[in-house]
Amino acid sequence: MRAAVIIFPGSNCDRDLLSALSLAGHETFSIWHKETELPNNIDLVAIPGGFSFGDYLRCGAIAAKSPIFKEVIKHIDRGGYALGICNGFQILTEAGILPGILQQNIGTKFISKVIDLRVNNTSSTFTHNYSSKNIISIPIAHHEGNYFASKDDLKNLHDKNCIAFEYINNPNGASDNIAGILSENHRVLGMMPHPERHVENAHGCQDGYPFFEGLLATS
Amino acid sequence: MKARVTVMLKEGVLDPQGEAVKHALNSLKYNKVESVRQGKLIEINLNETSERRAKKSIQEMCEKLLANTVIESYEIEII
Repeated sequence: MRAAVIIFPGSNCDRDLLSALSLAGHETFSIWHKETELPNNIDLVAIPGGFSFGDYLRCGAIAAKSPIFKEVIKHIDRGGYALGICNGFQILTEAGILPGILQQNIGTKFISKVIDLRVNNTSSTFTHNYSSKNIISIPIAHHEGNYFASKDDLKNLHDKNCIAFEYINNPNGASDNIAGILSENHRVLGMMPHPERHVENAHGCQDGYPFFEGLLATS
Repeated sequence: MKARVTVMLKEGVLDPQGEAVKHALNSLKYNKVESVRQGKLIEINLNETSERRAKKSIQEMCEKLLANTVIESYEIEII
């Protein structure tokens, strides 16, 4: 895939994400948020973790209104693939692309640790390399990861098989143990855990690698 | 014209920050404190003379950026 990683002031997982995408064989581009165009024929827009705009106002709220985001929305409206990890997930919900919002963790603390995830949807572009029996080990690092959505939105997520990942032991109070969700067309994924931090041998665990490798099959 | 926007979490939405503040107040022996909700106060200076237009414009700002209406409500006050 040709993947564009969008960088905002305060993004801090962009290099990890670029590295993971390259490792899995994707062609990558770094795009600064003030750009007004994406490179031609981009397949995937990836929004990294971090603290875009210092988390001012609400996490992701300001990034979702940045110049490049108009193009990101056009890309998604055309049926393009998009991935938001951690702050990237917060930005996708703030932009109204994915339903719900990430609230402060229920214990009010920043949580940084490795957690276990169940892969709930194993047919999407992002998750087809996993089986539903897999429990994967992926790091989380966030203060606002407590997923909240209206009852109707939650029902819709379940009905349309849009829940991609679930926490085995819910660390942050997220509704229905939700760690990551897909758009209705299953082409946009937002998730709090960081698969890009578990891809190399040196990371001590490579449970995130199949995630990035799986994207190749659809390019 | 100056306006004050108050953004609060909607009723029924859990406010962990407010809860933490409540517990801190209780531990300072303010035992009558039953609940605390924490929100945001935003002051806006607007180059506008019509109160009606100012309110309309700020309402748009709230819907687009200042509040996330999934979990937050807002109040606009012209001061």
